[in-house]
Amino acid sequence: MRNLLPVLTIVTAILVIWYAAAVALNAQWVRDQATRAGHELSLPALVEATWSQDKPKLPAPHQVAVEIWQTTGAMVLAGRGFSKRSLFYHSWITFSSTALGFLLGTALGVALAIGIVYNRTMDMSVMPWVIASQTIPILAIAPMIIVVLNAVGISGLLPKAMISMYLSFFPVVVGMVKGLRSPATMQLDQMRTWNASPAQTFWKLRLPSSMPYLFTSLKIGMAASVVGAIVGELPTGAVAGLGARLLAGSYYGQTIQIWSALIMAATLAAVLVGLIGLVQRMTLRRMGMA
Amino acid sequence: MGWLIFGLLAWAFGWWINHRLSDRPATRATRLAVPTIFGITIILIWEALVRGLEISPVLLPPPTQIAVTFAAKSDILWQDFVQTVIKGALTGYVLGCGTAFLTAVAIDRFPFLKRGLLPVGNFVAALPIIGMAPILVMWFGFDWQSKAAVVVVMVFFPMLVNTVQGLQEAGAMQRDLMRTYAAGYGQTLLKLRLPAAMPFIFNGLKIASTLALIGAIVAEFFGSPIKGMGFRISTSVGQLALDLVWAEIVVAAVAGSAFYGAVALLEKRVTFWHPSQQGRS
Amino acid sequence: MSSNTVISAQDLSLTFQTGDGPVHALKDVSLDVGKGDFVSFIGPSGCGKTTFLRCMADLEHPTGGSITVNGVSAEEARRNRAYGYVFQAAGLYPWRTIGGNIRLPLEIMGYDKAEQARRVSEVLELVDLAGFEKKFPWQLSGGMQQRASIARALAFDADILLMDEPFGALDEIVRDHLNEQLLQLWDRTDKTICFVTHSIPEAVYLSTRIVVMSPRPGRITDVIESPLPKERPLDIRETPEFLEIAHRVRDGLRAGHGDEV
Repeated sequence: MRNLLPVLTIVTAILVIWYAAAVALNAQWVRDQATRAGHELSLPALVEATWSQDKPKLPAPHQVAVEIWQTTGAMVLAGRGFSKRSLFYHSWITFSSTALGFLLGTALGVALAIGIVYNRTMDMSVMPWVIASQTIPILAIAPMIIVVLNAVGISGLLPKAMISMYLSFFPVVVGMVKGLRSPATMQLDQMRTWNASPAQTFWKLRLPSSMPYLFTSLKIGMAASVVGAIVGELPTGAVAGLGARLLAGSYYGQTIQIWSALIMAATLAAVLVGLIGLVQRMTLRRMGMA
Repeated sequence: MGWLIFGLLAWAFGWWINHRLSDRPATRATRLAVPTIFGITIILIWEALVRGLEISPVLLPPPTQIAVTFAAKSDILWQDFVQTVIKGALTGYVLGCGTAFLTAVAIDRFPFLKRGLLPVGNFVAALPIIGMAPILVMWFGFDWQSKAAVVVVMVFFPMLVNTVQGLQEAGAMQRDLMRTYAAGYGQTLLKLRLPAAMPFIFNGLKIASTLALIGAIVAEFFGSPIKGMGFRISTSVGQLALDLVWAEIVVAAVAGSAFYGAVALLEKRVTFWHPSQQGRS
Repeated sequence: MSSNTVISAQDLSLTFQTGDGPVHALKDVSLDVGKGDFVSFIGPSGCGKTTFLRCMADLEHPTGGSITVNGVSAEEARRNRAYGYVFQAAGLYPWRTIGGNIRLPLEIMGYDKAEQARRVSEVLELVDLAGFEKKFPWQLSGGMQQRASIARALAFDADILLMDEPFGALDEIVRDHLNEQLLQLWDRTDKTICFVTHSIPEAVYLSTRIVVMSPRPGRITDVIESPLPKERPLDIRETPEFLEIAHRVRDGLRAGHGDEV
């Protein structure tokens, strides 16, 4: 709460800069129009015009807000909340591949981490490649993956989810390996004095100790999954999803549409990451760690 | 069939060597050898599977074919590398990290700004910033300037947040010590707070290095001149020339690893004193 | 206040405002420290001994009373670099060598390079660390690190040395050794030393005056002048005079603590 006032100030400052930038960026076009029509523009009229163009270089915040309302709330009120023009529909498409990819990535990440912690050969041979795998800019080859998977008959949700999975498994592996190794030597020795089996050590010591690390990684993984899903939608021919809206908007110069898709994607990411934060707080509190 | 058996043998042999090696005490050599053998094994299995199962090269070309293409098309690959990595990614990286660093040092003097910017910066750092790419391509044109702009926007917030956090890292006692010397703001910044912030600054630089390459390549999907790695990948996929796509991927992976490795090496030099850098090597 | 008074506190008070109401860290503390004195401050935790030291160093701001150091305000004294301060932990910068750490205050205070080098080797000699100049702090033991931090405080040759439990985290053997060295150093340099501790033998062994403090509110309950000679071998701690003073200190602590002990 202490930070509320400073944060609000920053947000206000961003909005002010945004409006000012909209005037600066869009003024040229307005002036050209005026010269063509052969009349002088007063300053208020210029500002007014820069904030209400159809295809501005930078739409003003209220234009984006109106567009978002028209494609979400207004459509729900009209009873068409899930039509193909609704941003809810596109968000849902993006969300479903994000969620599937995130779940697959988390499962793969946890499995690999357990293997790495318990098997020395895996630790030494796989871990460097897990790190190296992230130097391949997967987002860059997303179109190829989609096309190739399409060619072998896999289409729809799964190819996009694969990209999210690839992006989200890495933070989970790294975080979980760190977490599973976080118990102190003393605690592990104590388990040995009780002659605990490896499974008992895992369930009673290693796994609980890794929880704070897991949740931190899950947040990063979720943010990466959203990016993966959006980029995965680019080469699907701009059919559905927030990424498709971005691409379509850029084809037709519909800047307002791009910005509203962008804001929607940001909201989706924020909500999903926030949800994990909520689960994290609840879990850690029940475990007495928060 | 012969290829499949070969693949199976390669897998068994690679695993066996690694198993033997990892049981031995870890030296510099084994730590290098084990992942290398793992990588070679993967490539051998890949080659064997593609040939043995007669997978169409349109789906997945064998490594040998990729290598041949790599050698044959090296001039194109070089041209794309310069366009995307040097002009796009590197320019944007330097500009973005530089401005973020200076901004962090500037706002550090104003606690009010800092308390406002940190949550906002953390929030923005988790957003799909890459979505800004089409907008920036519209603003800055198709050439590398717009790619550099995308990179600037992508690296700015992670770098800002890390630097601001790092500048708070110096302990209360060490700051008291500077006070007992009656050291000025500039002296404290230069002698205590910047060195103490280095591990965080390098963390930001490393995150930014992976983001930079991704940003530069993906931005090319939204429009580019007829060169660049992103352009080549998307057009080659259209022409089903997957061997060229894979060659570009190799370039990207090597460039990405080299970039990250260079930053990590510099980090090791600068923050040799930090506990996370000790006990290794 | 005589002419050779170095630190003088008059009715010094410091109250922290906390969620549970005000905490009186110091209340009406008055004390004069003369030139060349070795004054120990002893008392249970919360008695304000560290707070008092931090007031002298202008690291805390008193809410009442006055304090002068070298005849000027604590802040002015700090700006004049009137004292060296040794913290409980060595607090050496890990990215600087031992020599680099000792050079740090000299760089800040604008000494030239030759002078820096001269002083660094001089104080390293003084704390018995010659030859370790190029080492990094994390390559040294805890006792050596603490000696380096004392060297750092000595480097700019301030007349006053303020030490806040400098040996608190060290083991007994190292501590004895450093105590002995500190006394020799004090003898050679003729500095005024204020020393916070919670070890009775340490206080008695080192000091010319022992200030006994007690908590809630933080105040001075007794000031004991030590009759021990300036020359003090370690086994002086077995003598009846020593035990006599130690006994008085213990009594003072008990009295200040009321019925709690």
